[in-house]
Order: sequence, then C-alpha cells, then structure tokens
Amino acid sequence: MKRLCCLLLGLILTACAPGPLQPRFIADGAPEALADWGMVGVRDGRLVLAAGAQPYELNTPLFTDYAGKLRTVWMPKGQPATWTPDAPLDFPVGTVVTKTFFYPKAADGTVAPGDGLSLSQTGDGLDLGKIHLVETRVLVRRAGGWAAFPYLWNEAQTRATLKRTGAAIPVTLTRPGRRDAFVYQVPNVNQCAGCHATDHAAKALQPIGLKSRHLDREVTLAGQSYNQIARLTQLGYLRGAPAATTRVRAPDWRDESVAVEPRARAWLDINCGHCHSPKGPADTSGLYLDIATPPGPSLGLCKPPVAAGQGTGGFSHDIAPGDPDQSILIFRTASLDPGAMMPELGRSLTHDEGLALLRRWIAAMPPGCR
Amino acid sequence: MGQGWRGVLSGLTITGALALAACGQGGGTAVKPNTTYQEQLIQKLIDAKPGDVISIPAGVYAIDRGLSLDADGVTIRGAGMDKTILTFKGQTAGAEGLLVNASDFTIEDLALEDAKGDALKVNEGENIIIRRVRAEWTGGPKTSNGAYGLYPVQVKNLLIEDSVAIGASDAGIYVGQSNNVVVRRNRAEFNVAGIEIENTQNADVYDNLATNNTGGILVFNMPNLKVPGFATRVFRNRVEGNNTGNFGRKGSAVASVPAGTGVIVNANDKVEIFDNDIGGNNTSNVIISSYFSTGYMNKEGVAPTFDPWPEAIYVHDNRFSPGGAKPDGLDLQALRVAMFGLTGSLPDVLWDGYADTKKFKAGKTDPALAICVDNGSAQTLNADGPNKNKSPKLMGDALRCQLAPLPAIAVAAAGPVPAERKVPAPGKP
Repeated sequence: MKRLCCLLLGLILTACAPGPLQPRFIADGAPEALADWGMVGVRDGRLVLAAGAQPYELNTPLFTDYAGKLRTVWMPKGQPATWTPDAPLDFPVGTVVTKTFFYPKAADGTVAPGDGLSLSQTGDGLDLGKIHLVETRVLVRRAGGWAAFPYLWNEAQTRATLKRTGAAIPVTLTRPGRRDAFVYQVPNVNQCAGCHATDHAAKALQPIGLKSRHLDREVTLAGQSYNQIARLTQLGYLRGAPAATTRVRAPDWRDESVAVEPRARAWLDINCGHCHSPKGPADTSGLYLDIATPPGPSLGLCKPPVAAGQGTGGFSHDIAPGDPDQSILIFRTASLDPGAMMPELGRSLTHDEGLALLRRWIAAMPPGCR
Repeated sequence: MGQGWRGVLSGLTITGALALAACGQGGGTAVKPNTTYQEQLIQKLIDAKPGDVISIPAGVYAIDRGLSLDADGVTIRGAGMDKTILTFKGQTAGAEGLLVNASDFTIEDLALEDAKGDALKVNEGENIIIRRVRAEWTGGPKTSNGAYGLYPVQVKNLLIEDSVAIGASDAGIYVGQSNNVVVRRNRAEFNVAGIEIENTQNADVYDNLATNNTGGILVFNMPNLKVPGFATRVFRNRVEGNNTGNFGRKGSAVASVPAGTGVIVNANDKVEIFDNDIGGNNTSNVIISSYFSTGYMNKEGVAPTFDPWPEAIYVHDNRFSPGGAKPDGLDLQALRVAMFGLTGSLPDVLWDGYADTKKFKAGKTDPALAICVDNGSAQTLNADGPNKNKSPKLMGDALRCQLAPLPAIAVAAAGPVPAERKVPAPGKP
C-alpha cells in the first residue's frame, strides 16, 4: 500500500513538470484547457508544437485584423485524409486542427501586424518575448462531425482557457505612420458556425482553409523547402493527391507576378466564399464570391443589391465594373459599421491591402452596365 | 438604367416626415440597462438544446455584440414587449441583434431596440414563430438605423403575429425567399417599408396596421435569387397615412418607393389585395409596378430568367379613403396637376403600364395574367412608363376583371383565419 502511494505521488509530480506535448483526440465534451489537446503549449517562454502537429500556411489566407496565425493539423496514426479537388480534404475522425492568433510586440507596448509572417518564421514555434498570444481555435473532427472551440490566452501567456461565449479584447495596432485602437472580437461557439457552416442547410461545420488549392504551396521550415501537399502525403496525413501539374492552386494574393484578377478572386474566395456561395448562409443575397462562380451578375457585376439595407452605401450595384468608388462590394469591405461591414464577423479593421487589390480588379473591368 | 419612380419620375422631396419622428413606446432609455446579463444570455444561447425555453426576465439589458442561436427547437421568451428589452445601443460587433440559424424556433414577448444592423434575422429554417416581439429604433426614422426589424429569410412555415416594428431604414417586417407564411395583427410604423413580402411564395398578410411608413405593405420580387415570389394575399389590413419621407439608403430596393404609398406590388405575381382599409397615402393608395420602374433594371446585372412584370394582380373590395393628394416628387406632382388640376388627386390605383407583350394572346394580355382592379368606383391611372410617361391615362373600366381567389394559407401555428378582424391601434405619439 505504501509503495502504491509513493508511486502515485511520483506520477503527480511528473504531471506537474511540463514534459513533451502529448497530442490527442478528445472524442466528446468541451475540454476546458487548450493544454488538454496537447497540440500546442508553452515551454520555456515559447509556444511550441507537438510532434505530429504539422504547421501549414495558405496561399491566400483569411484576414483577421492583421493578426499572425500559426496553423497546425494532426491526425491519428495510419488514418490519412483523402485528397479532394474542390471541397475541403476529407479528414478522418480524430483530426485536430488548431489556429493560434497572435501579434508581434511593438516597441511601445502596442502590437504590430503579424499577417505577413511566413511559416519559416512561425512554424517551429513562437518566442513569447517577441509576440503576444490572443487566442487559439481548435477544430476537431468527431464522429458526429466537426466541432469548434475557442481558447483565450491569459495575460501571463501561460495558458489558454475555453471561452465559449467569445470575448472582446482591446488592441492597439501600430503600423508605419499609423496607430489603430480597436476591439478584437473572439467569436463565440455559435459564431464559429457563422463561417464554418459552409452548407447552411446542412448546418454542419467544415474547415475552410484546408483545401488542396489553398495548401498547394512551397514553404520553407527549419531550413528545408517543400511542397505542403507533398509533405502531408509523406507524413502519412494525405493520400490520393494527383501530380502537382494537374492540381489547381490558388495564387498568393500578394504575388505581384500574378495578374490582379486571379489574386482578387483568391482573396474573395477565402474571405467571403464560405458564406457567399450557392449553399452558404449568404445565398440569400444572390451574390456568390466563391472561386467556382463565373463572372456575371452572381459575382456582383452590375447586380442590384437584394437586402443590403444601409449596406448599399448609396450605391446601386454590388460591383460597378470600372468604378470601385460606385461598388457596394468596396464600400462594405472598407466599412467598419457593424450594420454595413463585410465580412460580418472576424474583423474590426479594414484590410487595406486586400481592399486595394479589389479596387484594382474592379477598376480594370470594362466600365458600364447596360 | 430604367426610369425610377423616385429617382426620375420624382424629385426626391423628403417631406417634413423626420419631424414627425416621435414614435413607439420604447422605455429603454429611461432605465439604466443591466450590462452583466449579456454573458449569461450568450451562454444560454450556446448551450441551448432542442426543447429548451430561454426565459429572459423583465428588465432592460445592454448587449454590445450580435447574439446568435444555432440549436433547433428553442423558445426565447421575455416578460412582454415593453418589459423585457434588449438594447443594442452600444453594439460594436455583429450584423444583427439576434441571428437565428435554426428550425422549430419561437420568440415571443420581448423587444429588440437599436440594433446596428437587423434586429432579428432568422436565416433558413422551418416552423418559425415570432409573436409579440417589438423591433424598434428609438430615435425615430433615420437612414443610419438598422435595415430590417423582423427578418426571416428562406424559411418555411412562418407565423409573425401581434408584433411591432418601428424605425427600420429598410423594412420593419421583411419576409424574404420564404414559403407558407402568415403575417397578422402586427403594427408597422415609421419604417421605409412597413411590411415587405419578397420572393416569397404563399403568404397571407392580414389584420395588420401599416401607418406612417414610406410605403405601407410591399409585395416585391428581386432578380438573381433562387426563387421568384407569388401567391400573396393582402387583406383586412389598415394601410393609412404612409407619408414618411423615404429615408432608405440609396441603392436599396425600398429607396425606389415614393413616400405616400399604401400597398405596392413590384414584379410579383398572383397578388390578391382585398377587404383592406387603405387611405390617406399621399402618392397612391395602391401602386402596381414592374421592376423597370425601380430604376435598377439593367441587362448585364439582372439574370435573364427574371420576370420583371407584375402579373395576375387582383385588387377588389377594398375600402379606399382619399389618397394621392400630394404625391412624392415633382414629376408625380406635375402628373397630378396636369391630369386632375391644382386641387385634384391621383386616383386610388397607380399602374406603371408595363406588360410583357411576349405573353400577349391575340394582341391582348392573357386574362390569367391580367391586372384586375374591380373595386367599385376606384380608378386606375396608367402612368405609361414604357413611353416615358408621354400619355398617362385613366383606365376606366378597362381593368375591370376578376381572377380566381387565391387559397388561404395553412400554417399550423396560425390555424385558420379568425372570423373576427383585429387590427392593432396606432402607437401613442
């Protein structure tokens, strides 16, 4: 009996000293601590990733108030996802995806944009002396479908705790020549569905970024360069991917060597297409901004708004070809009024560079509506 | 671009309506709102399971983020539309006050005030009941108010009853892209559109009061949507004195509605308007119009499958009191003076004159698609829109015809149309 007690004590002590992260799938319930998942954690002043939690980045990401994002995907051994051309990759039950939102610290106690950081700068962990963690979202594939959990990092940056009701966090962002004080919105659990329930009739959550077209990208991590689709395959996380030459990939929205139109469409697809698609919750508008929608009224060209209300900004067409200043799309992408701004969720600032890209795209269209 | 009722036909005179703004009974401002309840309420909405009733006690609650509900089978219940008040005055995020993505949903006995966007949006679901709910912008009609008060869209089997909508910068009660709908005994005041039925099939709109809006009751079809609307009955309503200057944001569909409109049909089909009390609407008690008259028609931006013409519209047995005395805008004013003299009025029914000539049979409108105004001595003015209003003319008995009555709508929660007509009284000024 005495031996058993000592043994137990030993186990408890071991549990207290943070050892290596133990990634795991939690099949049900709402785990209170991000640490329960074992995907990412704080060790020696760094946010580190578990072995097997594969970091990745997207060709064109969703904008979230200039936050940096460190994304990971983990799957149980021997159960790879199946490649699909258009839909999100078909992940097995047990898949755990995380996305950690953070800002680089600026000199004077404010923060700086983190959205320009590449995987080579974030993929092997984050130095908490230099960055400030905001939240980590977990998307888990359970038997009943995908479930989403938002975890909020504490001020001491030691742990993240489940915050199902979301949160409003004051942030001051410093950019060259300007400073913006704003309220960063951590979505509540129901709002997760606002973007991730991409088929609004089915109301089931889906990953958004984990599609072949977004992941098909050359990256550098720890001095090694690789293609992410190839790496996922090599790790045993993906099967069925065809040859690189036959895959369709989204452009990097910042890549000036690519024409404006495909970059604007990629930006719209990832930022808007999850709602504005023929099956999404914004199908009520008749405006489809997903990559599959061909140019025409459904893409907004010369299209009168349906139920935009004050969101028209006084303009008559979703997109007035040749005239970004007369386009509702531009007005709503720029707006910070909750009753007019688009996307409705997930931003409190305007994505100035994304907006500039959309303006170039619209300005280059042959003008007029007949 | 086509000629707009307001944009071109009229000269956009916003009348003194803004001064009339006082409205409603929103008590929200007098009491200091409870700011701590929001967290509890969000938790309840997240945890909600089918069968749950979320009761919100009497009180005024400040909400600064959009609320949302995703679980089916939930009831949200307050202690009364003047007792349980959610005020969104300080809202910093969220396009709605409350967004519901669920079926078998009931909301009753509470108020949603001053939402930044829509007050209540129910997006896609079946068996939706909105009962004794007040959606109000308490500062009176302003363009900066949220767009829609009560806004179910893409729902099936809908009942909205005994509710109140005030101050929406688009529509107070807006039913979009839905099927099988009853809207009854509601009060809509000081909105751009009081009650709007849009791209909706099979709707009964009865025993409502629509007053002091820009337009009282609208039955519209918009292009580029998956389903066209048809089969709406508008009956036993009081649609009176809808003369508030149009404060809708330019570019929105309702911004094309002239102030002083009672009931207006735009591009919708199979609409029966009967047994209503309609009067004191300074442009026209009834307007029947095509999409061409909104000013938004263009070939590139409107799907070719869209039917812009109002067809099978049947106006009969309404009780009209005088309207049309002071139409919105210089062009309609000029039309009134030219045709009816300085002290004359536009007649009870105004038709823009558009008809789909491709569907004509032997050179005439197919009787099944006709516009029939069979309403005693009520006159219809054909504004001759297709010819840029060159030759407007009174139609005399040319539109006197009958269409088969539309069937009553069966929504289980509503039951049959009660024999007794109960129209709410206007709010206290």
